[in-house]
Amino acid sequence: MLETIIQGILLGGLYCIFALGLSLMFGVMRLTNIALGDQIIISGFIAIGMATVLGFNVLWIGLLLLPIAYISGFCFQGWVLNRTLSKDPLPSLVVTFGLSIVIQNTLQMVFGANPRSLDVGSLSTAGVELSPSLTVGVLPLIIFVSAIVCTFGLQWLFAHTAIGRSFRAVSDDREVAELMGLSAKRVFATATGLAFCLIALAGWFQGMRTTVSPSDGPSLLLFAFEAVIIGGMGSFWGTFLGAMVLGVTQQVGFHYDPGWGIWFGHLVFIVVLFIKPNGLFPKTKG
Amino acid sequence: MLLEVQGLNAFYGDAQALFNVSLQLRAGEVVGVLGANGAGKSTLMKSLTGLVAVDKGAIRLRQQPIGGMPPGEIVKHGVALVPEGRRLFPSMTVEENLMMGGYSKRPGRWNKHAIFELFPILEEKRSQPATSLSGGQQQMVAIGRALMSNPDVLLCDEISLGLAPVVIKDIYESLPDICSDGMSVVVVEQDVIVAQQCSARLYCLQEGRVSLEGTSDALTRDQISEAYFGI
Repeated sequence: MLETIIQGILLGGLYCIFALGLSLMFGVMRLTNIALGDQIIISGFIAIGMATVLGFNVLWIGLLLLPIAYISGFCFQGWVLNRTLSKDPLPSLVVTFGLSIVIQNTLQMVFGANPRSLDVGSLSTAGVELSPSLTVGVLPLIIFVSAIVCTFGLQWLFAHTAIGRSFRAVSDDREVAELMGLSAKRVFATATGLAFCLIALAGWFQGMRTTVSPSDGPSLLLFAFEAVIIGGMGSFWGTFLGAMVLGVTQQVGFHYDPGWGIWFGHLVFIVVLFIKPNGLFPKTKG
Repeated sequence: MLLEVQGLNAFYGDAQALFNVSLQLRAGEVVGVLGANGAGKSTLMKSLTGLVAVDKGAIRLRQQPIGGMPPGEIVKHGVALVPEGRRLFPSMTVEENLMMGGYSKRPGRWNKHAIFELFPILEEKRSQPATSLSGGQQQMVAIGRALMSNPDVLLCDEISLGLAPVVIKDIYESLPDICSDGMSVVVVEQDVIVAQQCSARLYCLQEGRVSLEGTSDALTRDQISEAYFGI
């Protein structure tokens, strides 16, 4: 059972990175990015493409992906999503939903329906022995540590930096933030740029850890969504813990029956919604 | 003339809120704008700061047209607003709210320390969430936040609203200090006495039009009542 829980926590690390991108965009501009899962998948495919066509090393691919992701996110927000933002949440939902379909079909056309993965050589099987009966994979461990670093980094960014303050300002009161001299649209673009970096990181890890196939996106979105809701919208640590809960639940489900894992996760999600609609770790207001 | 509004028409939603409004503000002057609810006072403040579009007419700051500029540009030119209802950033501390006010990085005498000197209580509460303060203290944060942009024109939209008379007196007593280096202030009020006491000249708005203007001392209560209520 201990092994199952540890595997679940490590899986939760991956879900956490999925969910942080969603949490960030929602937190700053109340925008739900329906295409998140597909953006993760397309990042995975771009990484695989770089590996096969250009023959780059996996680490270089990761480093290259981040600036590309930032610029794409910044431009996507600036040119497309900023035009959809208003009091009405529907336009941005429709646009990202449409994008989701476009990405899925484009990937099908270009790469076919087969699952692919990013070759990481011996890293895929490397393990650390915690005790004679318990070994955990190095890659899942790296992903988990990255999730902690990302969560901590975002929380620090929001609490202690000028960028973070501008994020909070436009989220608190866009009009007054603009009175102070901020360009809300620029702040939004920066936030989406950052979110896309997390998305690229998630796709890179997903491609290394398992496989990516063009139709995987929606289920990844669902995991991210569940992690955010279970954790509560208040803080990035809430999202982190929500992802842990989801990962462990799924892993426990898998332990009993390989068909139950995902379903178990959904079940816990619904139970949490019933008992604590604001999530397990909502923001405490003073 | 520091700020000059000429024949301004503006809309609040679909309804026209300002009709042919003209107003002048000299350097170092405190001007009061009086009017009942819905007279167009807030719309006037919002169009001066770029939050409401100018439909017709001109707004000039030091002869330069600023009407229709985005709010972020206008604050850089030196017009800052203390918005109605304070509207502090709830996720931020007192100090962070002040820092947001200084975002435009306009040079001048106002910085965190000068604000803390003006309102010493804020230094004590600098690390507290801004919205946990009392109403009067929150209003001080809102004024401090606007001052942090080192404006030449400070617009105060109903800063006495919902505050106890003693607190209102305290806040208005800080005005002379604020204006001491030549900053001009527009004070929007519903309270006739407060507005008349603190300002050199008064404008009355009624249903979106200037119904009266003159030197504060020279205007009688009857004149103001008539311009205010239209009776």
